Amino acid sequence: MKRVAVALAFFVALIGLWELAVRSGRWSAVLLPSPLYVAEYLWAALLDGTLLESAWVTLKRLLIGYVAGVLIGLPLGLLTSMSQTLEDTVGAMALGLQTLPSVCWVPLALVWFGQTESAMLFVVIMGTVWSVIIATDYGARSIPPIYARAARTMGSEGMHKWTRVILPASLPFLVTGMKQGWAFAWRSLMAAEIYVTILTGFGLGHLLHYGRELNAMDQVIGVMIVIVLIGLLADRLLFSPWERFLHSRWGTNVKAS
Amino acid sequence: MQSPPIPREGALAKLVVENVSKRFTSQRAIVQALDGVSLTVAEGEFVCLIGPSGCGKSTLLDIMAGLTVADSGRVLADGRLVQGPGRQRLVMFQESALFPWLDAFGNVMFGLKLRDDLSQRERKEIAEHFLRLVGLEKFKHAHVHELSGGMKQRVALARALAPDPQVLLMDEPFASLDALTRDQLYDDIQHIWMESRKTIVFVTHNVREAVCLGDRVVLMSPSPGRIASIFDIALPRPRDINSPDLGDYTSRIAAALKNTLKEAVSE
Repeated sequence: MKRVAVALAFFVALIGLWELAVRSGRWSAVLLPSPLYVAEYLWAALLDGTLLESAWVTLKRLLIGYVAGVLIGLPLGLLTSMSQTLEDTVGAMALGLQTLPSVCWVPLALVWFGQTESAMLFVVIMGTVWSVIIATDYGARSIPPIYARAARTMGSEGMHKWTRVILPASLPFLVTGMKQGWAFAWRSLMAAEIYVTILTGFGLGHLLHYGRELNAMDQVIGVMIVIVLIGLLADRLLFSPWERFLHSRWGTNVKAS
Repeated sequence: MQSPPIPREGALAKLVVENVSKRFTSQRAIVQALDGVSLTVAEGEFVCLIGPSGCGKSTLLDIMAGLTVADSGRVLADGRLVQGPGRQRLVMFQESALFPWLDAFGNVMFGLKLRDDLSQRERKEIAEHFLRLVGLEKFKHAHVHELSGGMKQRVALARALAPDPQVLLMDEPFASLDALTRDQLYDDIQHIWMESRKTIVFVTHNVREAVCLGDRVVLMSPSPGRIASIFDIALPRPRDINSPDLGDYTSRIAAALKNTLKEAVSE
């Protein structure tokens, strides 16, 4: 309770400072709108449905692309961990492409897929998949050999070994990799949405972009706040449960490391 | 995993090691870990393998388990050729090797779940029985990192016993524990062995530990790894690690152990 109160006080103070800065009159109200106007915009956009609609369009792209990226990356990472040849080929490629900022996929995606959902999914998948491959590969290779030996003597082989021993044993690395993949995917999607108009759906990035075109700073800042909130929510819903599990089972503090 | 039975020589031989050799090649050296080692372990027998580091005792245990393949020679378990690991011969390692993503109960269940002949209810009953046997029924849902070193090894023992293996292979399982915990475990392992009559092969570098636990103590000498001599320990059970009765055997074996080291150096 105390922690919630402290956090709440912090954010109220932050908004208070913002309002004070506006009232000081040193900056034009067009460039720095009052938090009140931002709240008004958010309320109106919530009521007329534009905000929820855009958020839904963006989240759908992100979730579908991310899940696809994980589903492709996880088995590929396991495969590269098994074979030196795959490690030298697919693994090296993953490492190289992971260093490529995923925004760089946007031009290619537009040429290949046009201004469509597929282009957006492609960018999200490219943002996710390489991180997941590398984390899975590294995780599977970092398992203490004694786990595999113990499992073998108890008769665990083949699929059973992979699903019941190697995957759970590499969980600490997997969660880190999946979190990184998520961050890359989220950033590249936002960049893509701001950068191009996708004809098949109007995402949060577009809302942000048009806010700038219309010089509607209340909209720009409002949408930015929504984007931050979605990021926080995703962290809490998708990753915190896993991190808590790791923390309690492995006895490590994942957050601190 | 196992070939058709080969006619047995002695019906009561549980494990037969025949002329097993193994060398490890690294970039810097070739190590003859085992050189023509033969050993027969009878059913229900408790055999301790002892020797200085580098005598190949852990390698021999791994070969018995089927985790390592010998360069030449063979191992028979119940008259069948050992060609890989199998749950008739479960291994307990120096580190507990418990899986951190499972709780104590889940770890004991791991091997049981691989037995198709049991129902889920039977598996749970067996797992609970063995946790009780090692005195950890209250820690059923404890996470691995919450257990002390001794408790971890107890869970590892329960996990190894639960699938009802014929042979228990133990690789210095108590080496990293403090003396008090160890003394308690000597009692426990003897009681469990006397009740279950499992065949146990126990690797150690502690002479007193070997005398306390073993029906026979097999002394190995290093480079190349060979069996130097075998001692029968004719003491009543259960034995107390601190009992003076152990002293005579201990000093004889310790002297022989020193000899193997001297020979190894002079060679």
